[in-house]
Amino acid sequence: MTDALHEPPDRHGDVAPGDDLEPHDIPQAIRGYLIGLALATLLTCVSFYIARSTLVWQPSIPIALSVLAIAQMGVHLVFFLHITSGPDNVNNVMALAFGLLIVMLLVFGSLWIMTHLNHNVMPMERIMQMQR
Amino acid sequence: MSTDAHVLSAGAMAIGGTHAHAAALTEEGAHGTAKRIVVAYGFWIFLISDIILFAALFATYAVLTNSTAGGPKGRELFDLPTVALETACLLLSTVFCGIAGIGAQARRDRIYYGAMAATFVLGATFVAIELHEFATMIHEGAGPSRSAFLSAFFALIGCHGLHVSAGLLWLLTMMAQVYAKGYRPDILRRLLCFALFWHTLDIIWVALFSLVYLVGVAP
Repeated sequence: MTDALHEPPDRHGDVAPGDDLEPHDIPQAIRGYLIGLALATLLTCVSFYIARSTLVWQPSIPIALSVLAIAQMGVHLVFFLHITSGPDNVNNVMALAFGLLIVMLLVFGSLWIMTHLNHNVMPMERIMQMQR
Repeated sequence: MSTDAHVLSAGAMAIGGTHAHAAALTEEGAHGTAKRIVVAYGFWIFLISDIILFAALFATYAVLTNSTAGGPKGRELFDLPTVALETACLLLSTVFCGIAGIGAQARRDRIYYGAMAATFVLGATFVAIELHEFATMIHEGAGPSRSAFLSAFFALIGCHGLHVSAGLLWLLTMMAQVYAKGYRPDILRRLLCFALFWHTLDIIWVALFSLVYLVGVAP
């Protein structure tokens, strides 16, 4: 063990949860959460607006809502959870990336397989009719 | 690049060396910082497994959306003003939770207890609105046993509601622990985990209100 390993990680100006705070840093720390709140509110309002409006081409509304939801999750990750691209966050980001891979496989895999089943398997009523 | 590599190797030492140097790990200074990062990382892994649990429930819901068995569809059941109110409650409570964390780090009792109380009230309001929504739906004959769509809906939204309820109990525990034991480093680490949990629940709610409620009522 050399002394280099005992050095605390650099502070990056951005205050992560868990670091000790001086009282004069409080307004700046709260400002980060308020910026996140403003962005999240904006995205939420846009989502609620386009869900009921005719502004967006109707069949594309689910995709537009998905994009807005993903954007808002990104805002939450950065401003509330402080998952950033900083060097002390590499492990967190890698774990999140792997989690997202599993989530995508799970959701899109299920939808893909079940849609094919719905298309290719005869409905139960038809099978009953044929057996008569 | 060199600083990245340095910090990474230090992080690997902190994780790999936990057993060997457990005795050397003190709460203060460089080791205290490393321990906080390790604890948050471990809890983050749990939260990602929780997100995968919700993804499984969400996949079930997405597959069964149209399996209404002749019963009511989402468009007839979902009330957007109620959902907007729930969303506002949870979003504001997540911001207050962050402010409570800042208050704890700065050892400011009024900010900490005030923001935690606000978080609790908003979270409890969310649960109350959701319970009222469920009760209304069941009263109208659209309970979880009506159709596969409604079973999946109640399982998905109900699981999130249970998480929020458990989070409320944890919140009260953290207020009591800070009151009884003060802002000790181990208590602050628990508070950090609670904050991560609460913020993650709001991220899951973003997916739920967008893809369950809003897509459900979209024309």
